[in-house]
Amino acid sequence: MTSTRQDSAAPDSAAPQGALFPNADAPGPANRDAANPDTADGEMVQLLDQDGALRADPDFSGYISDVDAQMLRGFYRDMALTRRFDQEATALQRQGQLALWVPLRGQEAAQIGSGRATRSHDYIFPTYREHGVALTRDVDFPQMLRIFRGISNGGWDPRENNFHMYTMVLAAQVPHATGYAMGIQRDQAGWDRARLEREGTAVVAYFGDGASSEGDVHESMVFASSYKSPVVFFCQNNQWAISVPTRVQSRIPLAERARGYGFPGIRVDGNDVLAVLAVTRWALERARRGEGPVLIEAFTYRMSAHTTADDPTKYRLSAEEESWAPKDPLVRLEKHLRSAGHADDAFFEQVARAGDQMAARVREEALAFPDPTLEDSFNNVYAEAHPLIAEELRWHKEYEAGFAQSPAEAGQEGAR
Amino acid sequence: MTTMTIAKAITAGLRRVLEQNPKSLLIGEDIGKLGGVYRVTEGLQAGFGEDRVVDSPLAESGIIGTSIGLALRGYTPIAEIQFDGFVFPAFNQITTQLAKMRSRSEGRFGAPVVIRIPYGGGIGSIEHHSESPEALFAHTAGLRIMVPSNAHDAYWMIQEAAASQDPVIFFEPKRRYWLKGEVDTENPAPPAAAAQVVRPGRDATIVTYGPLVPVALAAAEAAQEDGRSVEVVDLRSVSPIDFDTVVESVEKTGRLVVTHEAPTFGGIGGEIAARVSERAFLSMEAPAIRVGGFHMPYPVSKVEDQYLPDIDKLLDALDRSFAY
Ligand SMILES: Cc1ncc(C[n+]2csc(CCOP(=O)(O)OP(=O)(O)O)c2C)c(N)n1
Ligand SMILES: [Mg+2]
Repeated sequence: MTSTRQDSAAPDSAAPQGALFPNADAPGPANRDAANPDTADGEMVQLLDQDGALRADPDFSGYISDVDAQMLRGFYRDMALTRRFDQEATALQRQGQLALWVPLRGQEAAQIGSGRATRSHDYIFPTYREHGVALTRDVDFPQMLRIFRGISNGGWDPRENNFHMYTMVLAAQVPHATGYAMGIQRDQAGWDRARLEREGTAVVAYFGDGASSEGDVHESMVFASSYKSPVVFFCQNNQWAISVPTRVQSRIPLAERARGYGFPGIRVDGNDVLAVLAVTRWALERARRGEGPVLIEAFTYRMSAHTTADDPTKYRLSAEEESWAPKDPLVRLEKHLRSAGHADDAFFEQVARAGDQMAARVREEALAFPDPTLEDSFNNVYAEAHPLIAEELRWHKEYEAGFAQSPAEAGQEGAR
Repeated sequence: MTTMTIAKAITAGLRRVLEQNPKSLLIGEDIGKLGGVYRVTEGLQAGFGEDRVVDSPLAESGIIGTSIGLALRGYTPIAEIQFDGFVFPAFNQITTQLAKMRSRSEGRFGAPVVIRIPYGGGIGSIEHHSESPEALFAHTAGLRIMVPSNAHDAYWMIQEAAASQDPVIFFEPKRRYWLKGEVDTENPAPPAAAAQVVRPGRDATIVTYGPLVPVALAAAEAAQEDGRSVEVVDLRSVSPIDFDTVVESVEKTGRLVVTHEAPTFGGIGGEIAARVSERAFLSMEAPAIRVGGFHMPYPVSKVEDQYLPDIDKLLDALDRSFAY
């Protein structure tokens, strides 16, 4: 061979005289393919296994040392009520009373565990499926249906429970969470560690495996890491973004992405309410102390359709759905409660009755919501007077009044 | 001739593009295995494979940004944005990159990307699923914007979009996806940039496009009962706009009503009213009247009927026009 290939990364001929590493091999880095993101392989924090048996974890058991039988029953009740609410809302949608519903079956432990880890002054930014987290924040279930009944785009007053409005544009709320945390940092400037631990506030941003691909998530993580802001990124990896499996979004477990931003990431069994509680408590405590963000990947499964408008048979196998059935978060906790002697039939019956009563109230109140008016929409665009709004509102009212007063309609119901 | 829904006419048009242009490919969220949330791409991944009908990661800026890169590499990407309200993460790529590639390269090359967007309201949906953002894009030089209103146009215009050397935003009137019509797969529709008089008339002109074309036709029919002969013009393209056809119609009828679902303020209707008054002022018996959305975020579905232009609002606008 006569020529030397200067442009090649791995020269296969003798190196030219004076080359920097004349005899070096070029095998490339060792295969560093991480665990398959589709499977539970690899590290995942678990404290309660599929059969309802407790498993100690050297790092995390201590974060739930206060949990007793009564609290366990409380978590079960939370999850069962959430599931019952989901079921009622689904039924309401089927009956034409809601435009759409976003079911959460399967994700109760991820939501109750993380929600119960927060303090009431922490601020939560949900996506649109966090009905279980809402329960832990005492958001009134019927109010939540206002969005899905086409009455409101906000639903509830987030300032009452520090549970932000749902955000339908995926990932858009994640930078808001980071900015909110940046504000908290400023408010808490100068606090000592003891005070931070006692009174400090943190933020939780919820998003999905699909949303994790949005640029907004990347930018949020950059900011949060840069400023060490007290925000916990809580990603519910429910394996699907509508029809797209998680492997399209990430070749490595999502939690491992955190490393690239310079803060811890951890994968937790999202169907284990205790593990989620422990891990989220740990993350929130760090955040409150000023140690910066954490990414939690709750590994779970969307047992229902994406929404009531979705048909999962088009893209996933029933065998997959069946394989997740034994991991059901409620079944698991029920097994534990029974085997540990913490709860008997009477308890489960009582929870079921409470669920039915709640569902009946949800239905009754949802159906009784007054219809909104377009005038409300005009009034909520700007804080200050705006002449165009005033002009269009005047026109709208006159136009609608024209129908109400038409002779043919007089004495009857209005034209609308 | 075959009868097809608008959705299936687009599917058929896309199929033809994929068959005839080996460099064409579709990319978007849930378009492959699922066939899109509206099933517009149904069966195409099975027919053409995962490299040509690509289920993308969930990232709109990524979808449009990589489409631009694919176009630079000689491909013809046809991207789907799942709903009108979700195009905005890609707004930067569309307005600062896609629209400007030709002018920035001093005319050497462009980025012929097609962006399909199901758009518009009237479907009783939740937030961000009912918007009409066409004016935002029409205001951006460098983008062509097509809006079919019937199956035949949908079939041919999507092919025209894919063949264009310029980027095209293809707004699909989602509440009309199931509207059936005759599609002649042998005889192409006129170019998108040519507006069509879809109902001739003598006394007034209604100009519209997309989902409101059937509403305008119904209003014209109702006006006929009052002895008013109303002409309806379907623009089909809102950038460019075929002002010649519009002006010719108004010169004949003397009255103009423009309607679209998007808010009237800063909208396409204002542009048409201004151009027509510049070119046909002396023929006009009345000022141009716009019927469109109000200056507010698209309202909740319980009141969307009061927000959207409908037959009554068009008849009211005609009354006001005739009152001059
Ligand atoms: C910016 C944006 N793009 C697209 C959509 C349409 N969309 C709604 S939900 C969804 C999938 C979300 O998946 P994931 O983030 O995993 O959350 P999950 O629904 O599984 O809870 C898509 C594509 C949207 N709401 N927002
Ligand atoms: Mg998901």
